[in-house]
Amino acid sequence: MELKTKAQAGSFESSDVLILVEPVEKGAGRIIELKSIVMQQFGDDLLRQIHANLDDFNIDDVRLIINDKGALPPTVSARLETALKRAAQLQSGTLK
Amino acid sequence: MLYIPGNNPAMLQQGSVYGADGVLLDLEDAVALNQKDAARILVAHMLKYISYEGCEVTVRVNHIDTPFGLEDLKQIVPLQPNALRLPKVETVDEIKRILELIEQIEDEHNLPHEHMKVHVMIETALGVQNVYDIARYSPRIDAISIGGQDLAADMQLVKANDGVGIDYARKQIVMAAKACKIDVFDTVFVDVENEEGLREEAEYIKKLGFTGKAIINPRQIEVVNEVFTPTELEIRKAAKIVKAFERNKAEGIGVFAVDGKMVDAPVVQRALRVLEMADIDVESL
Amino acid sequence: MKNILQREIPEELEGIGKLEAFEGAFSKLKKGWMEEKTVPPPNKAKMPHSSKICDTLRDAILKTKPRNGMTVSFHHHLRGGDNLVYEAIKILADLGIKDITLAASSLTTAHDPILPYFKDGTITQVYASGIRGELGKAIAEGVLPKPFVIHSHGGRVRSVHTGKIKIDLAILAASAADEEGNATGAHGPSAFGSMGYAAIDSWYAKQVIVVTDNIVDYPCVPQSITQNYIDYVVKVDSIGDPSKIAGGTTRITKAPMDLQIARLAAQVIEHSGELKEGFSFQVGAGGASLAVAKYIRKIMKQRSIKGSFILGGVTSYGVDMLNEGLFRSIFDVQSFDAAVSSSLLDNQYHIEIPAGLYANPFNCGCMTNKLDIVVLGALEIDTNFNVNVITGSEGYVRGASGGHSDTASGANLTVVVCPSFRGRIPIVKKKVHTIVTPGESIDVLVTERGICVNPQKPELKAHLEAAGIKVKDIAVLAEEVEGITGKAKPIETTERVVGIVEYRDGTVIDVIHQVKE
Repeated sequence: MELKTKAQAGSFESSDVLILVEPVEKGAGRIIELKSIVMQQFGDDLLRQIHANLDDFNIDDVRLIINDKGALPPTVSARLETALKRAAQLQSGTLK
Repeated sequence: MLYIPGNNPAMLQQGSVYGADGVLLDLEDAVALNQKDAARILVAHMLKYISYEGCEVTVRVNHIDTPFGLEDLKQIVPLQPNALRLPKVETVDEIKRILELIEQIEDEHNLPHEHMKVHVMIETALGVQNVYDIARYSPRIDAISIGGQDLAADMQLVKANDGVGIDYARKQIVMAAKACKIDVFDTVFVDVENEEGLREEAEYIKKLGFTGKAIINPRQIEVVNEVFTPTELEIRKAAKIVKAFERNKAEGIGVFAVDGKMVDAPVVQRALRVLEMADIDVESL
Repeated sequence: MKNILQREIPEELEGIGKLEAFEGAFSKLKKGWMEEKTVPPPNKAKMPHSSKICDTLRDAILKTKPRNGMTVSFHHHLRGGDNLVYEAIKILADLGIKDITLAASSLTTAHDPILPYFKDGTITQVYASGIRGELGKAIAEGVLPKPFVIHSHGGRVRSVHTGKIKIDLAILAASAADEEGNATGAHGPSAFGSMGYAAIDSWYAKQVIVVTDNIVDYPCVPQSITQNYIDYVVKVDSIGDPSKIAGGTTRITKAPMDLQIARLAAQVIEHSGELKEGFSFQVGAGGASLAVAKYIRKIMKQRSIKGSFILGGVTSYGVDMLNEGLFRSIFDVQSFDAAVSSSLLDNQYHIEIPAGLYANPFNCGCMTNKLDIVVLGALEIDTNFNVNVITGSEGYVRGASGGHSDTASGANLTVVVCPSFRGRIPIVKKKVHTIVTPGESIDVLVTERGICVNPQKPELKAHLEAAGIKVKDIAVLAEEVEGITGKAKPIETTERVVGIVEYRDGTVIDVIHQVKE
């Protein structure tokens, strides 16, 4: 998947996660800024899940700014997928 | 049946715990136009992850003629929820077109056509006029519901709170559903704080013949369940009638009296329906 | 050493002394007496017609001759509006007093402003039934040199009787008081209701100051606190924020999840066999616990059942049930809202009781022993039904033991209500961070995802199943929850014990380790 533009998905509501996607130069790698209210308990799990999802979309270079309010794994996957698809301009949403 | 906004993770993950018979994960009116994509993806992931045990799951997709309808079908049909709810169905041609699309998607995924049911929503004057033909178009259609807000708007009703304006439509839709022997659900009651109003409306539509009512807040479940669950008195009376019927049947008598009132086949049928709604096994009587 | 719940307890802790391990809810009680000696209350003398009135709180405190290492006590009946604890500690700190043991019946977020005095050596130890907010965070991080002690409401009374808590100075807020120190919380501009937790302080403290914003003509009626125990009386402009002290009514939650859990809990209670004519009842002050009262009220009306008494912390909802004739009386150790104060004042069947009568295990019978049904909350519950109501998901102290273990051990039917997980944090789990109430005291857990009966109560399970209520194995529920949330990493702590959790009988049921930064 080729990222073309900045995009975001999700919200600051409880049990949701807000994810901002920013395209970066090729070779820059995955730059992930993760904040979570359950960092201590699930921080590692969250990172593992996000990397796995990025693998699925074949994305090696990206900046992600993630603010998690205790989202369950399906919500994390859904918000990331939404943000990435918006960034790739496969679909539209907020912050085109 | 509890409506859950499709873009709200907190509500989606808890949908099944409130004691509603079914949940309706909504991609249509409960989702803002610029979040349709997010809701679709979220509902898809939730359907795969959360067990809605003991709860029938229906997904309401956007109308096929909106920019979101086709993509909704493509994403949701392969996940085969118990049912798909189609909004604003107006004509037979329309339902034909949508069902063909659904079957095409199912074929692409090697899925059977029988598993997932289809609910149609009647929300316009034209839909009300065509409801019987729509309802009987396919055996996949196993429920109709009325969308009161949209219908009132379509009828250009200014004050619609008392339900007078949509009364004809309610009755017409019930009749069409009964003719096709399928379920029929009433519209939502929007004033969440007004418990008495909800109870009155639920009692009224139960009398009209509706199978159930859509709700928008878990707090409404209890009232609607109370109205639709037969009272102990009703159950006892029904049990008495059914038992008397079994006794008389053995002796070859078709019409008899219970507590001084005539009982014949239709009365027995209604009694059986009461027991079914109360989850009572006739064999156990 | 390990206690009976397999928690590692140090033999001895500097600042507390030798510790005794918890051996079961009734292991000490069943002997019929308390092994520790009871210390005598202080003897005092006063000449007739000499005045107790001091112009300022500072003057009164000076007269008590404060010293380093003293123990100062307060009640928490001012709830979220309390400013007195801060005012008093500030005066002591300004006088240069160090090494104070703060023995408050409970500490809330209203007490956040005293945090600096935790850091500068003014306060070095805390005894309380609950600690929250900034203070709870700081003590879990180890800000105090001596370990803090969490006790139950009943356990606090025992600790004062045994001299474990030796109160040098009690500073007691009242919403009305006379010149001799007869005092009450039942009326006045800052009325807060019952003074139940303050009674023991007035009887046992070496010196007692009554502080009020409302001096009334002698004698002050009712006498919640009586003059024969009071050394000094101070009139101040304000004891705190009256809107938070005497504010509003406690409303039943509108949160669908809490209501759903409460509805299920009411079904459980209805079919438990305990909801019968003359039953006694206690619920918590908020969330799902209070909401249970709403459904019980409905069932009582439907089935024409009348209860005997409501106990404990009292909300206006309980008062409504008394006024409707659903219960004969209320025994009130702590009032939660303004409507309760007026009922306490006006209704002879609404009775103020001291904490010892409410919950102290070591007397001829506290009222929690007469409870039929209690509904309690939980921050966490493990698969052996052990409950944590003190430490939050990050390991900080953010709750209260309160009357949890007292009522749980006394009631015939103890119901715990909580969601199975909150946000992404599992509540029902294999192991809780801190045990406050032992699982043996809990009969049934009600969550939105299942109802679990303690295996020690097969007859309760049978009652529920006969009524068509599905019962789930708590281990199965915990696994289900972990399946949804994922497996949470345990809280990281150091070896250092920063606090202990005392069971009501004075043994140690758990310790609290320092949270790693």
